Amino acid sequence: MQIDDVTSYERSIAKYLRQDRLPHIWCAGCGIGPVLNCFLRAIDSAELNPDLVSVVSGIGCSGRVAGYVKLDSFHTTHGRAIPFATGLKLANPQLKTVVFSGDGDLVAIGGNHLIHAARRNIDMTVICINNFTYGMTGGQVGPTAPLDVRTATTPYGNFEPPFNLPWLLHASGASYIARWTVLHLHQLELTIVEALRRPGFSFIEVISPCPAIYGRMNKEPEGLDSLRNYIKRSVIKHGAGPRETAIDHKGPIVVGKFLDIDQPTLQDHLIGVAAKAKKPVKK
Amino acid sequence: MPDNGCLTGEFFMNGDNACAEGAISAGCRFFAGYPITPATEIAERMSRRLPVVGGTYIQMEDEIASMAAILGASWAGVKAMTSTSGPGFSLMMENIGLGIMLETPCVVVNIQRAGPSTGLPTLIGQQDIMQARWGSHGSYEIIALSPDSPQQMFDLTIKAFNLSEKYRLPVLIMSDEVVGHMSEKVVMPEIRTEDLFYREMPQKGAAGYLPYKTNGSLVPPMAIAGQGHHFHVTGLTHDERGYPVMTSRAQDQLITRLVDKIRLNADDIIMCNDYMMEGAEIVVVAYGITARIAQFAVKQAREQGIKAGCLQLVTLWPFAERRIGQLASQVKAFVVPEINRGQIVYEVERCACGRARTLLVPHSGGEVHKPAIISAAIRECHADR
Amino acid sequence: MKLWRTPFDRNPDAEPLGYIHIDKIRCKGCGFCAEYCPREVLHMGAELNYKGYKLAAIKDESKCLACGYCELICPEFAITLILNSNANKSEEKHPV
Repeated sequence: MQIDDVTSYERSIAKYLRQDRLPHIWCAGCGIGPVLNCFLRAIDSAELNPDLVSVVSGIGCSGRVAGYVKLDSFHTTHGRAIPFATGLKLANPQLKTVVFSGDGDLVAIGGNHLIHAARRNIDMTVICINNFTYGMTGGQVGPTAPLDVRTATTPYGNFEPPFNLPWLLHASGASYIARWTVLHLHQLELTIVEALRRPGFSFIEVISPCPAIYGRMNKEPEGLDSLRNYIKRSVIKHGAGPRETAIDHKGPIVVGKFLDIDQPTLQDHLIGVAAKAKKPVKK
Repeated sequence: MPDNGCLTGEFFMNGDNACAEGAISAGCRFFAGYPITPATEIAERMSRRLPVVGGTYIQMEDEIASMAAILGASWAGVKAMTSTSGPGFSLMMENIGLGIMLETPCVVVNIQRAGPSTGLPTLIGQQDIMQARWGSHGSYEIIALSPDSPQQMFDLTIKAFNLSEKYRLPVLIMSDEVVGHMSEKVVMPEIRTEDLFYREMPQKGAAGYLPYKTNGSLVPPMAIAGQGHHFHVTGLTHDERGYPVMTSRAQDQLITRLVDKIRLNADDIIMCNDYMMEGAEIVVVAYGITARIAQFAVKQAREQGIKAGCLQLVTLWPFAERRIGQLASQVKAFVVPEINRGQIVYEVERCACGRARTLLVPHSGGEVHKPAIISAAIRECHADR
Repeated sequence: MKLWRTPFDRNPDAEPLGYIHIDKIRCKGCGFCAEYCPREVLHMGAELNYKGYKLAAIKDESKCLACGYCELICPEFAITLILNSNANKSEEKHPV
């Protein structure tokens, strides 16, 4: 047997992982690991200089991503990953800022920052791991939890309609919107590559299992139960209209690339401002 | 105007504008803010001035975002500032805590108005002094400065940037509406490179860099994003690698250092102005605009033969404990006028420790003290047997 | 252009294109790799690791086509695919 000296794992992601911190804190069957795996592969596929990639996370299970990547990484306050990354990016436009966080962090407490970052079309990639719940605090209802699901704080079923994230982001002005599940990993990797290369605000929602907390209360007690469910329910529909992408309790999960447009970014506008400001004043 | 875009010379301008110019002179090149009376003029001037000097101004969606953004900008290696007033200051508290935990240099200007809540948006208060000290949760030390004039707004803004870069923490400028909106002569000297302090940084690409390894000093060198250090920082309790460690031992080591870097350097940080303090028996301890009114009252008292003096607290936090403690055994009484119902007076009482009478001259806000009220308090203390 | 299916029809006697290494310390036994291995190289074994998680194990390594999906889907970064550069290179590999 003759084997390659370098395994594909070592070639692709080992150099971007803080090996001394593994095994990580996420539960068995959690979907954050595969998403992180795809992202780390995408850094090379997108031919980015890893020195210039900064990962910013908020609080929660997904917020811990920053702690496992061997890049400049920031674990900030709950919901404030996007404004922190905004400061980082504006102060050094060379940086590629990636915000990695969960649905509760980005859409509930950080919802205002999310829509405003999309409105500004700041050059930033946001990866939202959507597991419909607050995993780290024990499975309370999240802003994306479909109607009727049971969580720690909706014991009689969720009574609030959820956000349809692609629609929200579309309306807010994002340049790139996609959604995949944790099973669509090759597509997800390609999508992250595209998003990293796309100037402007890109948003990738990844539907992810939370077996230990959310799944346990919703008849998907193993990660695999959720994945089998995704196979049954997911429908690939690129360019789907924002109204079609709502997720309910049982219906289809529309996945794919929904939006990819070229529009001036915040940085483009700021360059214009600087040019105007430096023009000599007429006397 | 010199090539670097900083103003020099004599100007007639209000405190808010002087603060913005101080920031530009101090090398601030990032400002994130949100409109709020009476601090808006700072943001307006920064929006006009920063693009000229190669900086970035952005109006964020709220003060929470503004505070988070300046932390981010600071980690990108740019001196950053935000300005606000009471309600916005309340919103910034959580991320001021993050700034302390991550040890992020930045400057937060609070042009205080009277509260609580919306209070008197256009009128003065000095009511966020304890909030500045204790507003964010957890155990920490902070630096807060209190300017009394547009000139000091300019000077102390530069000082605030220097302190924040030196000690790696958010430095607060606790100004007030009157100082912010008062127009006076401001002299802006040419700021030389050696007047400015810039954070110690590891060599670019240095191997084995650990973000919180201090090498015996209390302030670790600070890497910035994009230099290949691949560091991790977190708001969780962390060790010198920046990794979260959930133990009481790690907590003790970290918090002790964060507190010590200010407490043990208090003498370097604390600034007080003495006014007619020679042989003073009654000392008016005041800060901000109130100090100037106190000085008027002290002058009147001296004319009446009362040995009064004024100690102006330029640095509010860390508190001038040693100075007040020393004075307590020499003087008869402290008079503490504040535009609140008692905040700094508790600190004075604590340091006086019963050795001298401490008399609060409170004001609920909306206007400054009338000198006569402070004079009356001085006379009352003088009449004490 | 050749059909992408080619590797699935490989000669069963040919050397496997890759070998799988499972880190027993990291594995938490979620079963993703075993469920979604297209050639059933992996399955959930009976062995427990030091934390008591049931470990993924190799059932039949000879079938491995080195597609790398197990490595990609493993939430624990516990699977390493080792490419066998000795395998018959004339046969088209499945694009990894």
